Amino acid sequence: MSALTTKDQPLLDVQDLSVEFSTHDGVVRAVNGVSFALRQGETLAVVGESGSGKSVTALSIMGLLDRSGRIAGGDIVFDGTSLPALPERDYRGLRGAGLAMIFQDPLSSLNPAFRVGDQIAEALLQHTCDKKGEARRQAAHLLEMVGIPQAADRAREYPHQFSGGMRQRAMIAMAIANRPKLLIADEPTTALDVTIQAQVLEVLRSAQQETNAAMLLITHDLGIVAGTADRVAVMYGGRVVEEGTLDDIFYRPRHPYTIGLLGSLPRLGDDPGAPLRTIPGTPPNLLRLPDGCTLAPRCPYAIERCRGERPPLEPAEGDAGHRSACFRAGELERLVAEAARP
Amino acid sequence: MTDRHVDPAKRVRESGTGAASPAGTSALLDTAVATAEESFADIDEPGVRPAGSNWRLVGRRFLRHKVASASLIVLLLLGTAAAFASVVSPYEFNPTLTPEVLADARQPPSWEHPFGTDKLGRDQLTRVLYSLRKSLLIGLGVALLSVVLGVIVGALAGFYGGWTDGALMRFTDLFLVVPELAVLLIVAKNPDPSFFGIFHFPPATEVSGMILILAALGWMAIARIVRGEFLSLREKEYVEAARAAGASGPRIILRHLLPNTVGPIVVFATLEVGLAILAEATLSFLGAGIQLPEVSLGNLISDAESTVGTDLAYLIIFPGLTLFLIVLCVNFVGDGLRDALDPKTTR
Repeated sequence: MSALTTKDQPLLDVQDLSVEFSTHDGVVRAVNGVSFALRQGETLAVVGESGSGKSVTALSIMGLLDRSGRIAGGDIVFDGTSLPALPERDYRGLRGAGLAMIFQDPLSSLNPAFRVGDQIAEALLQHTCDKKGEARRQAAHLLEMVGIPQAADRAREYPHQFSGGMRQRAMIAMAIANRPKLLIADEPTTALDVTIQAQVLEVLRSAQQETNAAMLLITHDLGIVAGTADRVAVMYGGRVVEEGTLDDIFYRPRHPYTIGLLGSLPRLGDDPGAPLRTIPGTPPNLLRLPDGCTLAPRCPYAIERCRGERPPLEPAEGDAGHRSACFRAGELERLVAEAARP
Repeated sequence: MTDRHVDPAKRVRESGTGAASPAGTSALLDTAVATAEESFADIDEPGVRPAGSNWRLVGRRFLRHKVASASLIVLLLLGTAAAFASVVSPYEFNPTLTPEVLADARQPPSWEHPFGTDKLGRDQLTRVLYSLRKSLLIGLGVALLSVVLGVIVGALAGFYGGWTDGALMRFTDLFLVVPELAVLLIVAKNPDPSFFGIFHFPPATEVSGMILILAALGWMAIARIVRGEFLSLREKEYVEAARAAGASGPRIILRHLLPNTVGPIVVFATLEVGLAILAEATLSFLGAGIQLPEVSLGNLISDAESTVGTDLAYLIIFPGLTLFLIVLCVNFVGDGLRDALDPKTTR
């Protein structure tokens, strides 16, 4: 199942995962047969626009899907354990200890009625530590690790006394408190301004190195991906459409959607007055997914086959690590070049 | 990094290097970057950082509310006087009716008897103080008990939702549609109330019985308030973050949700004190609560009912004013607490 060339057992193996939500309008198929694997110490970025199933994938790994959502198929194997089958009690023991998650908005992810240090200590007390004083001491140390000055004093402050960047650092400290094997960061920098983003990503990366955790980085920002990830999975309409190393995705994209995403990045040197490039059309309606390729209605290179048949995620150009779900993956380079010619 | 209050110029230099510094490979992070952020943070709060505790902040905001602060002082004074009534007053509230006592009957207010004396020569101030003691005890007891009941019901309903919520809220509705005064009167007049003969409760003629009755009919509002708060709080990201950290349901309720609901709960509890004092006075006035010779504000007023329009009217005025003053003060304190506990007030 795994695309890895190594024989090591992957830490996280998501196999053909499907997630459904039942709503008044019908069944929303948010994730449709997603597979990827992650080894210890590795960072996989999951990229895609809103509604592509990134966050739902993350939440189903954490076992935190809404009541209306359920895993309809596939399996998630973490460290040799199948997570969907895990009883809630055991799952709770795993959350925060083996699996940790960093949420998008640090402003609302910290409890306003709680001192920051105590919140981190709380995470420790739930799993690895049973003495309050010791947990508090460790919490201050963790805050220091994520670069908060005067950590011991700051630990006694409330979240409203922290700036946005500091709060996200505190969230990172909380997430790595129990040295989890897998760190899931769901758009960790979206709520922060650009100068703070770089700092927080740096903190995240060194926190990951420090604990040798695997990281699943969920984002829609390719700039963040370029600086942080080892491998990238591009999601669209609840499916992984392309997966490969950072270089594969950025320099040898083999899926029209990836090419569109990269093309829509504004660059220095662009004519300031020119409109931003977009991918025409709208994301698919998850209530009624098209039979064929989910991108076909928006794809400039779509052929008849794309509309009737779903392209499987297959190795592109014989490279097992670089997979693309496009029937025309092999011709894309030529097609793009032709389209660019006047 | 040890002294935050460094020379601003030096700080600017540090922040300059921070922004430009290359990504460090060391696990301990680039502190210069942090300094940059720190120095920006300091701009908002020059000088001393506000003291750590939220409660100190609440206290400060409460004291800024002049009427509430004054009311709190009045309440504390009245409470102390009532608690130490036997020390404050040289008289007994039910003295043996010796000829000397009877000789003092119908005295208008004077330095000797600030609230005057009744038809039997008993000092009215002393009787009011002892009544006040009961009223405050009942007010606080009812508030405490109904908050405990209401919070349990509201928290379970709001947090677990679904079937639990439905069942608990219908149970709450059941209590809400009860015609309060009628039930209070029926129960209060029962000399030996019991639950289908299984549990026997103290009768309403005793303070403890009165507390039980009033709390049993007073917890619904707080249950609804807490449920509403929980419904909105449980969707907050920090609750999901707590779940992601492996917290269990009860732990989330106690550690994350309740502390964030303290504001409305405290405010409600204060108002409930006032309501309970009034309810007790009403019941006792109607003859269903505390019975003479035990005194309460309600039965003092009821007892002096016939003095209205006569020169003995001071006998009803003073207990009435006391009741008025105490409920007013309790409500002002509630008001002040609401403002002080609301994080959105910036005063």
